[in-house]
Amino acid sequence: MKTDQPIRPARVRPARGLRAARFCLLAMFFLPGMPSQEAWAGGPGSPASPADPGSPPDPSEEKGLQIARDARSQDEGFGNFSAGMTMVLRNKKGQESVREVRVKVLEAEDDGNKSLFVFDQPRDARGTALLIHGHKDRPDDQWLYLPALKRVKRISSSNRSGSFMGSEFTYEDMTVQEVEKYTYRYLRDEPCGDGLDCVVTERIPVEKGSVYRRQLVWRDKSALRVWKVEYYDRKDAHLKTLTVAEYRQYLDRYWRAGSMAMVNHLTGKSTDLVWTDYQFGTDIDDRDFTRTGLRRVR
Amino acid sequence: MPSRALVRLLWFGVCLLGVTVHPATSHGQTGSYYTDLSGRLAAESRWFPQTALFQGQGSHASGFVAEPNLYLEDEAGRILNVTPWFRYDSADDRRTHFDLREAYLLLSGAAGNGEWELRLGVDRVFWGVVESRHLVDIVNQIDLVEHPDEKTRMGQPMAYVTWSSDWGVVELLGMSWHRKRTFPGSDGRLRASVVVDNDLAEYESSYGKWHPDFAARYSHTLGLLDFGASVFDGTAREPSFGLCFDCGAPSGLPAPVLYPIYHRIRQFGLDAQWTTGSLLLKLEAIRRSGARNLAGVEETFNAFVLGGEYTFFSLWNTDADLTLFAEWDRDERGRRATNFYENDLFAALRLMLNDVQGTEMTVSVLHDLDKRQSIYGLELARRLSDAFSLDLGAVAITNIDQDDLYYDLRQDGFVQLGIHYHF
Repeated sequence: MKTDQPIRPARVRPARGLRAARFCLLAMFFLPGMPSQEAWAGGPGSPASPADPGSPPDPSEEKGLQIARDARSQDEGFGNFSAGMTMVLRNKKGQESVREVRVKVLEAEDDGNKSLFVFDQPRDARGTALLIHGHKDRPDDQWLYLPALKRVKRISSSNRSGSFMGSEFTYEDMTVQEVEKYTYRYLRDEPCGDGLDCVVTERIPVEKGSVYRRQLVWRDKSALRVWKVEYYDRKDAHLKTLTVAEYRQYLDRYWRAGSMAMVNHLTGKSTDLVWTDYQFGTDIDDRDFTRTGLRRVR
Repeated sequence: MPSRALVRLLWFGVCLLGVTVHPATSHGQTGSYYTDLSGRLAAESRWFPQTALFQGQGSHASGFVAEPNLYLEDEAGRILNVTPWFRYDSADDRRTHFDLREAYLLLSGAAGNGEWELRLGVDRVFWGVVESRHLVDIVNQIDLVEHPDEKTRMGQPMAYVTWSSDWGVVELLGMSWHRKRTFPGSDGRLRASVVVDNDLAEYESSYGKWHPDFAARYSHTLGLLDFGASVFDGTAREPSFGLCFDCGAPSGLPAPVLYPIYHRIRQFGLDAQWTTGSLLLKLEAIRRSGARNLAGVEETFNAFVLGGEYTFFSLWNTDADLTLFAEWDRDERGRRATNFYENDLFAALRLMLNDVQGTEMTVSVLHDLDKRQSIYGLELARRLSDAFSLDLGAVAITNIDQDDLYYDLRQDGFVQLGIHYHF
């Protein structure tokens, strides 16, 4: 699953781009620190906020929160990177459908990151692009480029729940991943991944409207990389499991996963994500993330 | 006239050949260039269930569309983008047509803490925010035979400079080689009782189609607000018409014929969108001078579209999104307006299932608030595979008044089916 497919143009129907946008939003979740850094939506550059003064001094909660903060701070300072993402949607019968996206991210010093997503596949959506200016203190700004009309459209960045395009990822998965969006509890130490020494924490969404009651997160102790997440629905039924693998380290610091697999235990459907061509310290600059730059996207 | 169609096909073939033969490989690195050939082929059919009103018109038309695209980029980031376009239509030789949608050289670079961009050649530029019509959008001519919704645009030769920074975006355009609006031929549906003969087109300017046209736009984003202010000075994209009683014979058209007249106009435009949560509020407004109204008299007028869209995400806990559109179209000329939008309400529903096939459906109505007439639209699109997609469309025109501009189209509701291959 390499995203070595050449960059191509798109002749897309206008509304198709909206679907592309939803997909890109998903990508946004994974990109930035991938699940290993939950803080991404707020930007890796965001400082850890002080502990909630109202929270009880439960040692397991403090330890859980500290793990989440440490994980976030480890991803700060990456500057920029680009990568390719291939997504394989698989239904119960094993029928597959492939999505390919190219991604560029620019770290911002005093605000949320800027991101650009360009669709290569499916081919009818090729050339559709989504530009996101992330903000820490207000909703993100998002523009969609529709190549058939050569139209740049500002779109809603409202948070959304529920899965999309038949994939097993929800909008909640991708948008609200800031440290402050959960309460944490340290549970136990146990091996995970490929025989690594890991720590298991529980995180509970602060937001009442969440589709999840809780999530269990497995991280290795050495680098705090996420290897597994179990998602439990409102009735506390085990809904989905995310398995992360093939980590590689870039710039001697930033860990990025090569593959992720999300399995839905209720529907039998699954979605595989493969990351390729990670490049840090590229010549990406602000010009790649403007409304006019969006029209030059290829 | 099959000869006309043949000539166009030939031209298209030549252009396509020129485009495809040039790069040695269809895509990839060739020398220091990045080249990429892609595009779209489509087979389409239209059915008109109601009886045709005029001689020569049929009830069915089939055809195909080819839209290849060549992209070249060198190591310095200089880009050459070429998109020829061709449609063959079995019923109407005027709908069989070729257009160079894009053929431009693109240069860009940093300027201060912003950037500059230069596009030289044929390009398309879109300005605007609303859905019911494209009011502010004026740079490119409308390819009317493509769809009566007037949203398909032809390529326009131009020199196009963009300069942007923290303070916003400035666009400056110099244009020449005016493109004539396409109109159905005598065998085509969706035409007036009198056929338009583009060969007889007249220009107000003595420079004719070579008259230099200028346009500029300033746009910016301030928080939730995106806005743009534009000006256009030059040859109108929308023609007025003259009636000629003895012009028909040379063109092979039944007399009399209409001939388009392109006046010099000036248009100020404003477009704005307020994006808050799931709600988008939109405004487009223009003030145009120099154009003729329906009575053929020069009249300066204002027109606007005011409306918005609201999306219900994850409708009823499914994967589907439902978007509602509502817009008010107003042209202060009222009955003297040269279009359908003198005082109309546009409402639409778009359902996106967000399934693997990307299924989506849009139903819309454009209802005249002064008369009883309405235009209904239906669009269905679904992906069949990675390379193939299908779309189904329908337009119904109801209760058109006898004195209305569009009375001749009262029988021209249609259903169309298209299969697209993306390569």
